[in-house]
Amino acid sequence: MSAADTAKRSMRTPLGRVRNLGAAHSGTSDFWRQRLTAVAMTLLMIPVLVIIMMLLGRNQAGAKQILGSLPVAIIMLLFIIASAWHMKIGMQVVIEDYVHNEKLKLVSIMLNNFFAAAVALASIYAILQLSSGV
Amino acid sequence: MQVYRWTLTMALSIVHRATGIALYAGTLLLAWWLVAAASGPAAYGHVQAFTGSIIGRLIVFGYTWALMHHMLSGIRHFVWDLGYGFKANEREALTWGALIGGIALTVLIWIIAYATGGGR
Repeated sequence: MSAADTAKRSMRTPLGRVRNLGAAHSGTSDFWRQRLTAVAMTLLMIPVLVIIMMLLGRNQAGAKQILGSLPVAIIMLLFIIASAWHMKIGMQVVIEDYVHNEKLKLVSIMLNNFFAAAVALASIYAILQLSSGV
Repeated sequence: MQVYRWTLTMALSIVHRATGIALYAGTLLLAWWLVAAASGPAAYGHVQAFTGSIIGRLIVFGYTWALMHHMLSGIRHFVWDLGYGFKANEREALTWGALIGGIALTVLIWIIAYATGGGR
């Protein structure tokens, strides 16, 4: 039975069958999030660079004081979340393009998720600890 | 692949991916730095010793360039996503802009960093 026959027999409309799908079986949500996080990071780039400049040459006490202040912490948290999300999607695209063995691909994608989550959580935890003054 | 004449936009497409992968790995450094800042003076001292060393400075310099290039190259992709800049001369101009702009911004950031006392 060809794809055309299947389409005729199905009660679902052609649009209904393809909606939310695509090569990655997840539709265009990753494409959108990739751009959303890219724009977010571009907007945050100047504040983040200013923060890093402020931290240069300071000791841990000085760094703690700056990173622990509310506006700095919020900017850093937003940047960390956007970058972790962005790099997870980007690396997944690279894996899907170059890793053709199905099992190796799934393992790679899983490790990619673990890496992005670990980096993000470690950084977020550090910022929260600096902010709470523990 | 051999049937295609190697173009600047093709080469820069690879560089966009390569810088993305480098930035991915570099987030370990960023996480280490933040965790060290939260841990205390001794841990933070280790990070500063590393980033202050020649090899550390080279890595951070490379990271700055990768970030600036990836951002500008990404803005170039965003222009294309919006449906502009597809003419041959526009493609080339955007690509040269990302390449030269990335290097220029990197040098500018490091000049500011040293001028404000970060080179200590």
